[in-house]
Amino acid sequence: MAFRFGVVVFPGSNCEQDVQYALSYLGYEARYVWHQERQLHGFDALVLPGGFSYGDYLRCGAVARFSPVMDAVVSFAEAGGPVMGICNGFQILTEAHLLPGALLRNIGLKFLCQPVSLRVEQSVCLWTLPEDAGRVLRIPINHNEGNYICDADTLKALRANKQIVLRYVGDNDNDTGDDSGQLYQAPNGALDNIAGICNAAGNVFGLMPHPERVVDGISGCTDGRALFNSLVRRMVGVS
Amino acid sequence: MSGLDLGGIPVPVTDGMDVLEPKRALELAVALGLKPDEFDNILAVQGRLPSLTELYIYSLMWSEHCSYKHSKKQLRKFSSSGAKVLQGPGENAGVIGVGDGWAVAFKMESHNHPSAIEPYEGAATGVGGIIRDIFTMGARPIASLDSLRFGSLDKPRQRYLFDGAVAGIGGYGNCLGVPTVGGEVYFEDAYEGNCLINAMAVGLMRESELTRAIGSGPGNLVVLIGSSTGRDGIGGASVLASQEFDEAAENKRPAVQVGDPFEEKLLIEVCLELLKAGRFVALGDLGAAGLTSSASEMASRGGVGIDIDVRKVPQREDAMQAFEIMVSESQERMLAVVTPEDWPAVEETCTRWGVAASRIGTITDTGRFVVRDSSLPPEQQIVADMPAEMLAESAPEYDPESRRPAYLDEAQGFDALAFIEKRERERDNLDYTQDLLTLLGSSNICSRAWIWRQYDHQVQNNTVLLPGADAAVLRIGDTGRGEMSTRGIAISTDCNGRYCYLDPYRGAQLALAEGMRNLACVGAEPVALTDCLNFGNPEKPEVFYTFEQAVSGLADACKHYKIPVISGNVSFYNESFGMAIYPTPTIGIVGVLEDVSVALDAAFKQAGDVIILVGECTDELGGSEYLKTRYDKVAGSPPQLDLDLEAAVQAAVRACVQARLLASAHDLSEGGLAVALAESCIAGSLGASVVLDGEVPPVAALFAESASRILISADPEQVEPILELLLGHQVPYSVIGDVGGSVLAIDTVFEGVQKAAVAVPLNALAAVYHDTLETLVKQ
Repeated sequence: MAFRFGVVVFPGSNCEQDVQYALSYLGYEARYVWHQERQLHGFDALVLPGGFSYGDYLRCGAVARFSPVMDAVVSFAEAGGPVMGICNGFQILTEAHLLPGALLRNIGLKFLCQPVSLRVEQSVCLWTLPEDAGRVLRIPINHNEGNYICDADTLKALRANKQIVLRYVGDNDNDTGDDSGQLYQAPNGALDNIAGICNAAGNVFGLMPHPERVVDGISGCTDGRALFNSLVRRMVGVS
Repeated sequence: MSGLDLGGIPVPVTDGMDVLEPKRALELAVALGLKPDEFDNILAVQGRLPSLTELYIYSLMWSEHCSYKHSKKQLRKFSSSGAKVLQGPGENAGVIGVGDGWAVAFKMESHNHPSAIEPYEGAATGVGGIIRDIFTMGARPIASLDSLRFGSLDKPRQRYLFDGAVAGIGGYGNCLGVPTVGGEVYFEDAYEGNCLINAMAVGLMRESELTRAIGSGPGNLVVLIGSSTGRDGIGGASVLASQEFDEAAENKRPAVQVGDPFEEKLLIEVCLELLKAGRFVALGDLGAAGLTSSASEMASRGGVGIDIDVRKVPQREDAMQAFEIMVSESQERMLAVVTPEDWPAVEETCTRWGVAASRIGTITDTGRFVVRDSSLPPEQQIVADMPAEMLAESAPEYDPESRRPAYLDEAQGFDALAFIEKRERERDNLDYTQDLLTLLGSSNICSRAWIWRQYDHQVQNNTVLLPGADAAVLRIGDTGRGEMSTRGIAISTDCNGRYCYLDPYRGAQLALAEGMRNLACVGAEPVALTDCLNFGNPEKPEVFYTFEQAVSGLADACKHYKIPVISGNVSFYNESFGMAIYPTPTIGIVGVLEDVSVALDAAFKQAGDVIILVGECTDELGGSEYLKTRYDKVAGSPPQLDLDLEAAVQAAVRACVQARLLASAHDLSEGGLAVALAESCIAGSLGASVVLDGEVPPVAALFAESASRILISADPEQVEPILELLLGHQVPYSVIGDVGGSVLAIDTVFEGVQKAAVAVPLNALAAVYHDTLETLVKQ
């Protein structure tokens, strides 16, 4: 039986169809889960897609976190179920305290839609493979609030526990700074260039970039496949 | 009611009665923008004095914005028929078939006046309005493009308008999940008092899903879906869109609507779900003049009547009078006709999405547009009773006086080349490299990445070329249905207002030619057109002349190319303090690619590739960006346009793209060949060595803006078949150089003398090109 993803849809989600399409393209089963559902049955993993849940008129994700479905998402995650939050989904996961830290407005106070380079870090995350560490992926970002922040102790813990999954790096190489020794700074200003983190157990993964946009190669790149495929490979040893 | 400022509209003090004294009625009619003879017309149609509500309704329906009373006659010059046209003008949007049973709906519309007052909300609601026009037709909105015009960014107010409008477009479109994939922007002093925000939206559906806003079936329910109704935007169509601006413009801020993209996103999902399930008899959106125009047009199209109770309309403010509810332009509302049997299903779907749906009236067989207010005593409840068809279709039609403006002869008599050559003889620092850098760093040519980075241009996963390419290219597919095709569409919006100012007839044709050329560069075949005709006050003969000429030019060229005009919008009164904008007939053109994978961009791809210029260099510098940027002069005749040569150049390049022979293709426009070469170099991070050997002086070879030219590059092995194709299409061409290195070097040969005209490192080109816009905005 195909690996089955649940794609959680909030009012205002706008990437759920793209995520569903990308997962189907990769040969997985993907079903929508409406935000008012209270039960989650038969899913191997969940994805919270991007968008503007409830319009994001309050802090991003702050309303969605109280959606009926979220209790079930939290239980699923606490039981070790793999959960990925993309963009607005990442924001919701931080609001729901499934992931530490918060996403502030981009440092330039402008919405940013552009491809970025991401280095896969050595981490405990279920959604990446150990052998991918050091690999650089080209995946677009698309957000107004992607400036990751957390307190110093949390950052220390994220580093120590290998919870930092993806970091923004300079466009041309694996390098985190320029020749003058200046550190590379992510376009959104994220702390420590953090683009994606996971919880200590590695099953809950939040990232600002949109891997579903680089799966079928429409824009000439397929780097998004790795993240979805890695999870399935770890979970069922295939794909 | 006293003390409420409705943007300069006098609010009559009434005691709940909807009755007017004759003298007061005429005064109010004039204050609402109606002319005395139009008031007489109302008396004739009604056979009595209009009520207050009726007067408001007439003033909006017969406003320029809703009735097209000054433009209707001219617009009949356009042909809207064609084999692929499924729906022409007259509906919310035009629709074409694009193959394999897929259909595309599109339209462009202006939101100029609201944006000039409140740029963020003005631009945002412009996007919201045009997107509603698209899903009303049954299509999922798949793309949005924006054509913008502002004054010089040296002025703080212009930076505020530009920054605000871009943020508003992004803020709304990004939330909806509709990618903003293209558009254009120009900065000219002529737009200083009156910026232009023209929003185009495109939607995709199966041909069988096409829905129209035709009310039918007496006894059917009239259902209002979406946001509640407030006093926002009252008089938007009459006060803002149909009058010139003056000192009091700021006071019109209350007439600007406020957008709620989240509500619109829900509306899209609700309406598409219900349309798919066949639950709507008709669907229309509430735009200019709100419920009034939507309901009366729906009734008029179906030859039926409609009976509405304003008290059934959910209101977000207290004590709203009937006329306020009828003319409010509160955003994110849709009007549907539903059979009584389907109502429970409609209600269920709306509730599930958290969207309000209210039964506000019924379809009747009387042909009358009846508005009642059930809060009034029974004998006073009917506040408006008018013939629906007369209201929607019988607006007055004018044939305004037209007079050729005096400035045209002088401007067209100007010999741009002679002027430049004279000035060059006086210059001791002739430096075309510097001139090229100045052009690349000018606001009209520099990179637009600062804008499109703020727009989600990839959601829905069908964006083939990133913004910045000559045309937007989208795969035809729908991730929601899981249906992806190998076909594609290409879209371009264009208009050089300066050309239209110098020659409105030819300028409009050049806009079309450029749009078509942009499609050819990505390999697409043009299919149909929408337009957004932005002009000054049509009651001024010299302004009307430019309108008449531009429409003729565009209509003639469209007929020549057999491209139907399937939707559009006219925006008049784009003047402030008596100064009209440049005539700006913006076009939005849509084309089809049988195989979307052939699409290519303008970037040079590989060192060693051969660069070929298709088309011919002439010495046309009139109206050019070079003349303006280098010598601060707007004069001369815009480039000549040979319609057949243009078609041949496009066909030849399109054939090359479709045969996958090219590495890049780039249309030549503002700044001429030198700028096009620089742009292809910058985009590909590759230099080029070029020799221009021709009949024209170096300055013209580099910067003239002669039409019908495309710059292509290709692997040397492909050159032979390419040249065969070009010869086969009988188009002039020249092989001008090679891609490679890290310098753009252009030599010119004129009268037997070869000179190094331009030599500039790639990083110097890229720096000015990339950094300019952000620097200008932040100055």
